[in-house]
Amino acid sequence: MALITTPNIARPDEFFAALTDLHRELTPAQSEAVNAKLILLLANHIGDNAVLAEAMSIAAEVRDER
Amino acid sequence: MLNTYTFPSYAYRPSADQRAAQIVRHPVVVVGAGPVGMGLAVDLAQQGQPVVVLDDNNTVSVGSRAVCYGKRFLDISDRLGVGQRAVDKGVTWNVGRVFFEQDEVYHFDMLPEQHHRRPAFINLQQYYMEEYYVDRIAELEGVDLRWKNKLVALQQLDDGVRLTIDTPDGSYQIEADYLVACDGAGSATRKLCGLESKGQIFEDHFLIADVVMDPKNFPPERWFWFNPPFHEGQSTLLHRQADNVWRIDFDLGWGADVEEEKKPENIIPRVRKFLGDEVEFELEWASVYTFTCRRMEQFIHNRIIFAGDAAHQVSPFGARGANSGLEDADNLAWKLVHQLRGSAGPGLLASYAAEREFAADENILNSTRSTDFITPKNAASRALRDAVLELARDYTFARPLINSGRLSVPALLTQSPLNTPDSDHFDSKVVPGAPCTDGAVRRDGEQDYLLSQLGNRFVVLLFADQPSEITAELLQHAAALNEADVPVETLVVASNQHDWQSFTALPVVIDHLAVVAQRLDGRAGSSYLIRPDQLVAGRSRHFDADQLQAMQRRALGFNL
Repeated sequence: MALITTPNIARPDEFFAALTDLHRELTPAQSEAVNAKLILLLANHIGDNAVLAEAMSIAAEVRDER
Repeated sequence: MLNTYTFPSYAYRPSADQRAAQIVRHPVVVVGAGPVGMGLAVDLAQQGQPVVVLDDNNTVSVGSRAVCYGKRFLDISDRLGVGQRAVDKGVTWNVGRVFFEQDEVYHFDMLPEQHHRRPAFINLQQYYMEEYYVDRIAELEGVDLRWKNKLVALQQLDDGVRLTIDTPDGSYQIEADYLVACDGAGSATRKLCGLESKGQIFEDHFLIADVVMDPKNFPPERWFWFNPPFHEGQSTLLHRQADNVWRIDFDLGWGADVEEEKKPENIIPRVRKFLGDEVEFELEWASVYTFTCRRMEQFIHNRIIFAGDAAHQVSPFGARGANSGLEDADNLAWKLVHQLRGSAGPGLLASYAAEREFAADENILNSTRSTDFITPKNAASRALRDAVLELARDYTFARPLINSGRLSVPALLTQSPLNTPDSDHFDSKVVPGAPCTDGAVRRDGEQDYLLSQLGNRFVVLLFADQPSEITAELLQHAAALNEADVPVETLVVASNQHDWQSFTALPVVIDHLAVVAQRLDGRAGSSYLIRPDQLVAGRSRHFDADQLQAMQRRALGFNL
């Protein structure tokens, strides 16, 4: 299975609010820890190394600043 | 020097070579009397191949180097006649525990299978292991072990190597058809050849403190702490060795002041903070080390062959140094024997490099990954590492991600040119290129283990349910195999369901617990060809002399 890169979340605004709310009261270090745990939980749920590799590759595309 | 161990002093004895009018030629000269060099020497001698071993010192390894010897090391040592002594003296362990901050998050069992002769690991100070190998050499004909013989110059000849050796009586020269360098990480042989071992240096310091304490303080297990309260921000490893000596390994970080950290007045409070005020201990030995993961590009250079740390080096996490080093020796010995006897195919000796370079890459990869997990290289890695540890306590999915050292298991040489790929289906992890499994069996009514029946020669394991399956035709095939240029012995692995007492046409082991059949997916007629180093060369659902002989030719380096 390939990585889904088309819209796939039923209620996008609700999800995004929940994701950002997670960090509202956190220090940057705490946020980093939460994100790390979140990535691991989701990665395990996906479980497919090829899909994970595709996601990592897209995430690693660093845009040149202007 | 140590309270628990007295270093033996082996006598320098002048050799006749030193007075010879002409330079004496030897088939094999091994440089370095460590576990790898001596293991190789014992293996060669047991197979009838005389060997000279040179060592620049006159005692065993000073300080504790290797600690953990894995099952494969022990299985090889059994074949070399040292295994039982090592196991008797060593501390057997199978369980590892991982702690994060205050709590245990996870434990693992290295050997979940039963009915193996040897455990997953023993811990034993390297000096004991070396002493046992020295003693074993003394029992054998054919090993000329020369203490205080230091290699100082080398010359590659067309058909060999000329060595210049310093001794207390001055220097002398000998020649070798093959020189095997087992002289460790700082290999003098490598330097004399102008060769390098390349790789990654890790910017980190570790403190080893060996302490003597009462064994009731901790069980014989491997305990690893990430970020413990007694050593904040770092890691600590605790492991028991023989003589109630405990290895404590503290990660100190790159900024540590090495000279300060080495002082007992600084080490003792660190250990005290770890063990608590109630535990009595004595400091036995301490050292601060750094490490590299690296290897030589090629393990064979004409007539000079490199093995063990001389050829490849790893971090100590994973116990892959001495373990992989003895696997090198195990892999090389029989190939050298056939090479010198003229029974090797053109690709046999070269396959040592192919197989062991592959294994070294696997060990370096595992060792590097462990090290990166134990000492994260940046903030993001640390956050992910800590997240794994935090989740692992409650969520099992995170436990396989914890890497406190992936402990040494032999590399599966699945890509080896010596393997015959499967043409029949087998549901077994013991694939061509893997070491044969062990398993409890009975031979002549006595309890034994399968691996004790193998080694030093080619053997076919033939699975059978009842004696009537061993027909006259089948016996002809077995006879043909036995009469091959390099003989192949047929060993019947018999099911317990029938009486084999009156069957004498072939050697038989009774698989009374059916573990061998289960581990190798063996059914009546299934055949496994096992190399002299106990690795599987190939397998088939049928016992056919032509097919098995073709497998053996391939395993001897022909028709690659």
